[in-house]
Amino acid sequence: MSAPIDLPKWADTVLVPAVSVVAAFLVAGLVVVGIGENPLTATRLLIQGSLGSGEGLGFTLFYMTDFIFVGLAVAVAYHAGLFNIGGEGQATLAGLGVALALNNLTFLPGFLLIPLGILGAAAFGAAWAAIPGYLQARRGSHIVITTIMFNWLASVLIVYLLVNVLRAPQNMNPETPAFPPQASIPFMHEVFAAFGIEIPSSQLNLTLFLALAASYGVWLLIYRSRLGYAIRVVGSSTTAAVYAGISPARIIVIAMVLSGALAGGLAVNELMGYQHRLLLEFTAGYGFVGIAVALMGRAHPVGIILSSLLFGILYQGGAELAFEQPAITRDMVVVIGGIIILFAGALEGLFRRLVARAMPRPALARA
Amino acid sequence: MHPADFLTLLDSGLRLSVPLLAACLAGLWSEKSGVVDIGLEGKMLVAAFAAAAAAYASGSAWAGLAAGIGASVVFALIHGFAAISQRGNQIVSGVAINMLAAGLTAIVGNAWYGQGGRTPPLEGNQRFGDVLFGHSTLVFVALLAVPVTWFVLARTRFGLRLRAVGENPAAVDTAGISVTGLRYTAVVIAGVLCGIGGTYLSVGQSAGFLPNMTAGKGFIALAALIFAKWRAWPALGACFLFGLLDALSIRLQGIALPGIGEVPVQAIQALPYLMTVILLAGVIGTAIPPRASGVPYVKER
Repeated sequence: MSAPIDLPKWADTVLVPAVSVVAAFLVAGLVVVGIGENPLTATRLLIQGSLGSGEGLGFTLFYMTDFIFVGLAVAVAYHAGLFNIGGEGQATLAGLGVALALNNLTFLPGFLLIPLGILGAAAFGAAWAAIPGYLQARRGSHIVITTIMFNWLASVLIVYLLVNVLRAPQNMNPETPAFPPQASIPFMHEVFAAFGIEIPSSQLNLTLFLALAASYGVWLLIYRSRLGYAIRVVGSSTTAAVYAGISPARIIVIAMVLSGALAGGLAVNELMGYQHRLLLEFTAGYGFVGIAVALMGRAHPVGIILSSLLFGILYQGGAELAFEQPAITRDMVVVIGGIIILFAGALEGLFRRLVARAMPRPALARA
Repeated sequence: MHPADFLTLLDSGLRLSVPLLAACLAGLWSEKSGVVDIGLEGKMLVAAFAAAAAAYASGSAWAGLAAGIGASVVFALIHGFAAISQRGNQIVSGVAINMLAAGLTAIVGNAWYGQGGRTPPLEGNQRFGDVLFGHSTLVFVALLAVPVTWFVLARTRFGLRLRAVGENPAAVDTAGISVTGLRYTAVVIAGVLCGIGGTYLSVGQSAGFLPNMTAGKGFIALAALIFAKWRAWPALGACFLFGLLDALSIRLQGIALPGIGEVPVQAIQALPYLMTVILLAGVIGTAIPPRASGVPYVKER
């Protein structure tokens, strides 16, 4: 990375997303004004709620863990030129994988059961993503449409299974019996307590480290491995890939499998780390937020960690805000996510031009 | 099944297919002009909310319709600006529209009425009442949109140009016709149709807005569009079929069929999605979208 020519690239990877995030917040501020609330008070409550206390920070990091996984999932497919909007469905099926592994192998000790649960999540998420991948690669069906259809198929399937098959007979709620206790991924406050350090208790659990490891793994894969190179070649030009002796069909399926497995991390954090059972709609639209996370993070693991932190702040702060100012609900996060997707994804050209116009001439000339 | 039951089933199938039909035709117009639209769901949702809010405030269902169409067209123009003027990614823009609509309707609904995102119940003139055969005006508007869509697209010069823009925009541009103008027109027509579909949901079929009341209908409409292979009359067939499946799934709840046993409601709900996946895999014919759909047009210099 030589310094001078990289200035526009730096602007491209940092400045443009930053400008679109700021613009997104301004628009969100207008919405707050529109419903008759004070955006400055709202911002203060948001920051206090998410970062102002140890407990708030714990929750923020818990949500961040979710967003890292779904963001990475979208990013890996994105590098292969695929737009995977099936994160919801893949995470839902991953939840099924977790439940099947944990509730059928209750006799195993935790140190075996936890990895098996994670594997179950990854395998089921991967399998659910592999079908649209295969259909795109071999039958030419458009990945966006098939993943949308697979999201709905997953939600219908899980309702059927939870109502009719997996529900404990005496339980009225559509949810599985609780997972065996040794299969719970330890909460962070429990781990710290074991070392004699007291931190506020929250949903935050060790899955955060898995998410950070996955980020590092994705970075190694995409930028440092032969397979990652092949994925990026397919993403930028299928024709070039064919000339280079890379099979685009094979790479498309592999990228989707990896993407689905990563989306499975959402199920690990939510179900093994917090809920300890499989229940309906635990994905809560995070699969779609993953698109915003990946777009804002420029599909780069570091960018994804940063944008996940931002969305974690929004999510936790938004929950506190909804408590303090009932007029502003948690749906604000969905709005901000939507605006970020619009600005950082679809209107990227507009913002890039704005930034280019504001840049000093010499910097551009060197590009 | 009793013959009268069968008629009731057809009737409720028709009722349930109306929002699908409106959204499906919207998608047809947009995609024929080369603009992919997966934001049908979001546009219907904002329309449903705006229509219910305006009908409640003004006491007139027609004011509701105007507001529903207005809100939907605003969202359609956002999509148009991103997809046509800024040559942005049309799928990303569609996803954004869906999220924006889901979030905004919930927030604004909650802030205005404080009933968990619902609008107050509508009654009397605030709703579209029955005009013929127990169906409201909007049902007939949606049905009428089918022959109109077919005629305009297949038989008029405007329609020919619009279809050409979706197949080969460069040729249309060379002939001196504005690609941008035609695409914006198509996107706005799509907005109007989604507005009608959304208004029907909250002011025709139900008596008020419920959070997320489109519940995937925009995506079923998208499935129906693919199923109809981007043609108006087959779109009517596909939407009616999917509406009928919906009616059937409500009907069959807890009923055991002879020889099959109880069919899970979810199996029937899954059919439209499953059929679309199978169709797209080329197993039962091929679905070929307009050639230039999803591709922003860059004028050569």
